[in-house]
Amino acid sequence: MRLYRALLHLYPSSFWAEYREDLCYAFAERTRGLSGPLGFLAILWAALTDVIPNAIAAHWEIFLRDLGYATRSLRRTPGFALTAVLVVALGVGANTAVFSIADLVFVRPLPFADPDRLVKLWQGSPDFTINEVSPANYRDWRAMTSSFTGMGAYTLRNANLVGLGEPRRLETVPATPEFLPLMGVAPLIGRVFTAKDVATGQFVVLSHALWQSYFGGDPGVIGTSIRLDGVPHTVIGVMPASFQFPSRSVEAWTPLVFREDDYVDRTDTYLRVVARLRPGVSAERARQELAIVSQRLERQYPDENKDIRVTLLRLREELSERARLLVLALCGASLCILLLACANLASLFLARGAHRARELAVRAALGAGPERLVRQLVTESVGVAFVGGVVGVAVAAAAVPLLARLVPSSLPIGEHASLDLRVLALAAVFVLLTGFAFGLAPAVRAGRSSALDALRSGARTAGGRTQRLRAALVIVEIAASVVLLVTSGLLIRAVWRIQSTDPGFVADNVLTLQTALPLPKYEATARRAQFYERVLEDVRAIPGVRSAAYVTGLPMAMTGGIWPVSLPGEEVVRDSAHNVSLRYVTPQFFATLGIPLRRGRDIAATDTGGQPFVAVVSESFAKRHWPNEDPIGKRFNLAMSERTVVGVVGDVRVRGLERPSEPQAYLPYQQVDDGSIIGYIPKILVVRTAAGAGTLLPRIREIVKSADPEQPISDVRAMSDIVTEETASRVTQLRLLGALTLIALLIAGLGIHGLLTFTVSKRSQELGVRRALGAQGSAIVSLVLREGLALALIGIVIGIAVAYAAARGMSALLLGVRPEDPLTIAVAVALCLATAVVGCLRPALRAARVDPLTALRAE
Amino acid sequence: MENDRELIDDLLPLPPATFHILLALLDEERHGYAIIQDVEARTQGELRLSAGTLYRSIARMVEQGLIAEVTRRRPAADDPRRRYYRVTPFGTAVARAEMRRLSELVRLARACGLKPETV
Repeated sequence: MRLYRALLHLYPSSFWAEYREDLCYAFAERTRGLSGPLGFLAILWAALTDVIPNAIAAHWEIFLRDLGYATRSLRRTPGFALTAVLVVALGVGANTAVFSIADLVFVRPLPFADPDRLVKLWQGSPDFTINEVSPANYRDWRAMTSSFTGMGAYTLRNANLVGLGEPRRLETVPATPEFLPLMGVAPLIGRVFTAKDVATGQFVVLSHALWQSYFGGDPGVIGTSIRLDGVPHTVIGVMPASFQFPSRSVEAWTPLVFREDDYVDRTDTYLRVVARLRPGVSAERARQELAIVSQRLERQYPDENKDIRVTLLRLREELSERARLLVLALCGASLCILLLACANLASLFLARGAHRARELAVRAALGAGPERLVRQLVTESVGVAFVGGVVGVAVAAAAVPLLARLVPSSLPIGEHASLDLRVLALAAVFVLLTGFAFGLAPAVRAGRSSALDALRSGARTAGGRTQRLRAALVIVEIAASVVLLVTSGLLIRAVWRIQSTDPGFVADNVLTLQTALPLPKYEATARRAQFYERVLEDVRAIPGVRSAAYVTGLPMAMTGGIWPVSLPGEEVVRDSAHNVSLRYVTPQFFATLGIPLRRGRDIAATDTGGQPFVAVVSESFAKRHWPNEDPIGKRFNLAMSERTVVGVVGDVRVRGLERPSEPQAYLPYQQVDDGSIIGYIPKILVVRTAAGAGTLLPRIREIVKSADPEQPISDVRAMSDIVTEETASRVTQLRLLGALTLIALLIAGLGIHGLLTFTVSKRSQELGVRRALGAQGSAIVSLVLREGLALALIGIVIGIAVAYAAARGMSALLLGVRPEDPLTIAVAVALCLATAVVGCLRPALRAARVDPLTALRAE
Repeated sequence: MENDRELIDDLLPLPPATFHILLALLDEERHGYAIIQDVEARTQGELRLSAGTLYRSIARMVEQGLIAEVTRRRPAADDPRRRYYRVTPFGTAVARAEMRRLSELVRLARACGLKPETV
């Protein structure tokens, strides 16, 4: 019986209060005479089957009835219903979309076996903590550590695929045989290469995308032979679509084989290393071990390994600080929106609750318990939140593809952000939070307030506490808007600063494309020169072409290619004070890219291997090595030869607009030994055209084809696109933040307007009395305005403080724009004040129009 | 009267438990457990209302105005926990309407030649 009594609490509490004794009595009568263990079981069964289904049914009946009430009462106030739904939709939509991105970037497990144990190892030096690794150091790390179950290395290489159809440029990953098994992802079909394969021949594993696009998804591709840079490779496997490591653009994996002489030069760094932590070994312990190993190697090779340490990063930690902050900033912004939406919803429901005080009081007087009133109001707010949530999720689903640009491309994730169940669950939590938390407070107030009080005092019971709560809500709304305005304003300033940065070249009307010459076919410098000269001569002859040239890599597209410079008689030192960005170029490169020639001359066709070795350097190069001297004729060592400066050109932002770049050195395409420094072979054709010249591509294709029929063309891009892409994620982020800020302002404006409208209607009697006592309309307007603006000012002060803290946290994104930037703060404050004034104006004017007689008669 | 007709139609068809409770209260006022017993006896044990079903129905029927609690004093020997209910005139009207609805259904079934014994 005690159990039955306890179970009765499952009923709605009004039902419980009314009928619990009757229920107990009836139940006791019905089960009278049952005893013993069997009888006990029968009673238990009867109790459970009686209470549980009936309690559920009772709740459900009340819910349906409340839903009916809610629908009817919301239909009577469509303005309120629409505003509330809109506010929830904005809050939930923004958060769902942003968190689906954050989920992809931070939370969703990477598509590898046990991804938390996978780490990347880099050579760290005092200047750069992330450098590639030399084969010799990789071999020693493997041999000297015990923290890992396995370690593999890979590098990136482009290769020309000749076989079916058009020749094609592939991004391949030559990797040691340990690499693919280490990732723990089984191939979709076929197998991956092993140490044994490496000894017996050339093999290739295809990416899912390449298999689909080039081989039509034919499973029979296994065992066939394809030619990569002229060398036959047997296809032995295809990886699943989810495996896209090290980046999303990888198309094939080939075995990476080291010869004994690869281990000779410890400073020849081009490997990237992945390793799997042994179970039970923390990243910290592995770091300690690697520190000891690198110190031993430094003692052993004091020159090459001077100051070389090992940087260990988990895969997810590889995300740049910048990318991480970008997404975090968006999360912060969307949480601000949610806060705003909640505050607004709360004040909307509070106002509505007060308007309905009489109605509720009548219902209470007619016997509806406080619990029933609270339930009905919460049903209303949750119902509104639910509808808003559905709309919001629909908006988010539409927005997510637009946000995909924000996912850093360095993340080895195949799938795109999508609204999966977990994100939807999060959205549901947002909905319930807004609906419950902010419907509940007003509802509880309504439920608690004594029925008689409300009836007696008419609709005037906007108690002091309610008023203060509502004022606090407005302050929160204003503060959140200020935070959003200031932070996004600072980011806008940062992007302006970036976009106004001079890249050092003129990107308009420049077409670029890649014809990467395969080795060993083009190992001889003379053979390459022949190809370049033939292509360039024909391209320059196309009508509308101003100039054309070949270069190793384009600024912003190729940011590496760093080499140390030494002056004659100096030791080679590899540090930031000696490194330069090295490019081989043909004549006309500077004219084609619009890089100004400051002194001396351009690279010439006569700078051949037989002539004295020369170089053109950038202004910062000249300044660094020969400050206050004429650099022309000066000598330095670079790329294994001594060179003489023949020209000085302007500096170029090689590493992009947001980062400092090394000084640049440009060497003649012919002054390099056969088969030497192959990574720097010029492969990018740059063509400057007259404005409005039509598409030249078909003609260029013909020219390349006639120079070498097997030579593919890839990466056709306008130089201006490369520059735009450089800031693309920034611009997307800004648009998004801008949109969020606008939404915030809108919500805050609505909130202030709603609050003051309500306050004015509550105070119409007081205002009427004031009018009757001779107050002018203008005095009333300024009274209401003053009250609204006072709240706004408090919100602004709080908002600025929070915004300052937030801006300091993301100062890495601000590129020197100071977190206390006065212009941004002034604009933000002005916008907020304007929003507040607009929000106050209508209610203030309405207050001034209050007719003293009507107001007093209402009493 | 028009109003009543509409209210009655809104409630039809009645859930079986509701109809039985109305029948149990037609001839005399009863308390909850007595209703359960009466329904059980009337249906020869076919329908045994559980306490929960009964009071959920009672709560709804009170709200709908079909039945009302009897507030007059009870016999001294009675258990004080017992609460008595009676049918309201509106409840009687609803029971009648339900009966009409059911007999109309039966008439229609008969007209189609359906007989209860040929199951």
